[in-house]
Amino acid sequence: MRILAIYRAEMLILRRNLWIVMATLIMLAFALALSFAGSAPTGTLGVDMLTVSVASMTTLSVYLAPLLALMMGFDAISGDRDRGSLALLLSYPAGRAEILSGKFLAHLTALSIAMIIGFGAAGACAAWFGGAGTESLIALARLVLTSILLGAVFLMLGYCLSALAGSTTAAAGLSAGLWLVFVVLYDLALLGAVVMDSEGIFTQQLFPWVMVANPADAFRLWNIAASESVALTSGMAGAAASLPAWAAPLSLLLWPVLGFALARTAFQRLEP
Amino acid sequence: MTKTGAFPVLEIKGLDKFRGKTQVLHGIDLCVNAGERLALLGHNGAGKSTLIKAVLGLIQAEGGSIQICGARPGSAAARADTAFLPEAVSFHPALTGQEQLTMFDRLMGAGGDVSALLQRVGLGDAMQRRIDTYSKGMRQRLGLAQVLLGRPKLALLDEPTSGLDPISRQDLYAIIDELAAKGTAVLIASHALTEVEARTDRIAILRQGVKVADDTLDNLSRKAGLPVKLRLQTTGPDADQIARDTGGRRINGASVEIICAPQDKMAELRRIASMGDTVLDIDMQPPRLEDLYRYYSTQEEQG
Repeated sequence: MRILAIYRAEMLILRRNLWIVMATLIMLAFALALSFAGSAPTGTLGVDMLTVSVASMTTLSVYLAPLLALMMGFDAISGDRDRGSLALLLSYPAGRAEILSGKFLAHLTALSIAMIIGFGAAGACAAWFGGAGTESLIALARLVLTSILLGAVFLMLGYCLSALAGSTTAAAGLSAGLWLVFVVLYDLALLGAVVMDSEGIFTQQLFPWVMVANPADAFRLWNIAASESVALTSGMAGAAASLPAWAAPLSLLLWPVLGFALARTAFQRLEP
Repeated sequence: MTKTGAFPVLEIKGLDKFRGKTQVLHGIDLCVNAGERLALLGHNGAGKSTLIKAVLGLIQAEGGSIQICGARPGSAAARADTAFLPEAVSFHPALTGQEQLTMFDRLMGAGGDVSALLQRVGLGDAMQRRIDTYSKGMRQRLGLAQVLLGRPKLALLDEPTSGLDPISRQDLYAIIDELAAKGTAVLIASHALTEVEARTDRIAILRQGVKVADDTLDNLSRKAGLPVKLRLQTTGPDADQIARDTGGRRINGASVEIICAPQDKMAELRRIASMGDTVLDIDMQPPRLEDLYRYYSTQEEQG
C-alpha cells in the first residue's frame, strides 16, 4: 500500500513533467529513423525487413535505454534531499526499500510505455513494408523486454548514485560518467585488450565472460545469440557463440537485483 | 504548566551525539508530556535540529536513550505516532497541494479528509494548484497540514513560523494549541522568542549541545534573578531629584528609569508611591524571554 502511495505520486510527477511523452517521442523518433535507414541490406542477406530493423534497434537501445533510465533516476533521492523533503518522507512509516520500490515501479512503467510504443511502432512499420515472420516477431518482443530490463538496471544504478552524491548536480555528473563507462569505455577497453592479447588466453577464454558481465553487452548478446538472423545482420555471432546460452540472460536478470541491493545500501547509509 | 495525569510521550535520557570527533549533544535529558507545548530554544548550531533528527530516528546517537510512547525512534510504531515539520520545507513542484497531501495521507494509512485539512490551514483555494506557484508561507502551511494527518501523539516542529506573516503565525499557533488540546505533545524549535513566550508551557534552552535551562518561563525568570525595569514619569522639575533619591537614571526629560532586583520590587514600588504627586505614571517591565535567553545561552558553563 505504501509502495503504491509513492508510485501514484511519482506517476503524477512523470506525467506532469511530460517525461512519459518525451521518452516515448525520443524512442519513437530514433526507432523509426533507424528502421528505415537500416532497411537497405534486406535483399542481400535474405531476411525480412523486421529482422534488420530489430538488429539496428538493438544497437540503438544499448545507448538509449541506459540514458533514459539514468535521466529519470538521477534525482530520485538527491532531488528530495535538496528540497528538504527527504527527512520528512523518511519520518513517515514507509521504509527506505518501500520508497525505492515505489519510485522504481513508476519509472519502470514510464520506460516500458516508451519502449513498447517506440519499438512497437517501428516494428509495425518494418513489418508492413518489408514483411515479418514468427521469428522476427519474437525477436521484436525480446528486444522490448530486454530493453526494459536494461532500463531497470540503470534506474537502480541511478538511484545508487543519487543516494551517494551530495547534490543533484553531482548526481547528474556521476550518472553521465556511469553511462560513458558502461556503454562506451567498457567496450573500448575490451577491444583494446583483445588487440593487445591477439588470440591469447584472454581472447579465447576470458573475454566473452568479461563482456557478458556488463549489462549493456549482456543485453546485446542476448538479443543476438537468441536469433541467428539477427546475429547474421549484426556481425556479433563470434562472441555470442563461445558463451553458453544462459550467460547473457542470467547477467541481465541478476543486474537489477544487484542494482537494487546497491541502491538500498547507499540509501540506507544516507543521513538526510 | 503540566496537565494533571499527563504521561510522557517523548523521553530523552542522557543523549550523546558526535559528529566526527566533536560532540554536538552532551547528555541531553528532555521530556515532553501529552498535551504539553515545549519550546526548544538555541542559537544556530546549538543542536536543535540534530536532536530532532535523533528523535525521528534519522541519525543514530552514540549514547543515551530516546523513547516515543515507549517505542524506539525510527521504529514503525514511533514513526506512526510522530509528525514532523522540517525547517523551510519544500515539496515536489510538479504536484498540487492536494496530491502531495494525499500521498502523505496514504503513507500514513490515515484515510483522513485531505480537502478539509487543507481548508483548515487556509489552502482551500490553492489546493488544486501546483506547488511551484505557492509562496513560502503557503508551503509552510502545506507542511503544517501534513503534521495534522492521523492525530499524531508527538509533533516536532522545526522553526515553524519562518517565512510566515504575522496573521499566519497567529493561525499557526492556534492550530498548535488545538493539537495540544487534543493531547499531542508538541516540541517547537524556534528563534522567534516573543511568540514562543506566550504560546508554550515550558522552555528548554540548548547551548552548544548542552541543555542549560528547562522550566516554565516564571521559574526561569525567578532562577535567573534578572532585574525588573521601572520607568517613572515625573512632572519634570523634580526628575533629577527623584533620580538621585531612587538611584535611578534620568532619561529623556521627565522620565526616570530604575533597575531593581525582583525581590526589591515591592519595596521600591512602595517608596515611589509615597513620593506623592511628582510621579505621574509608572511603567514596569519584567524580564522578557529575550533577556532570559541571553542570560542562559551566554553564561559560563554551569558546574
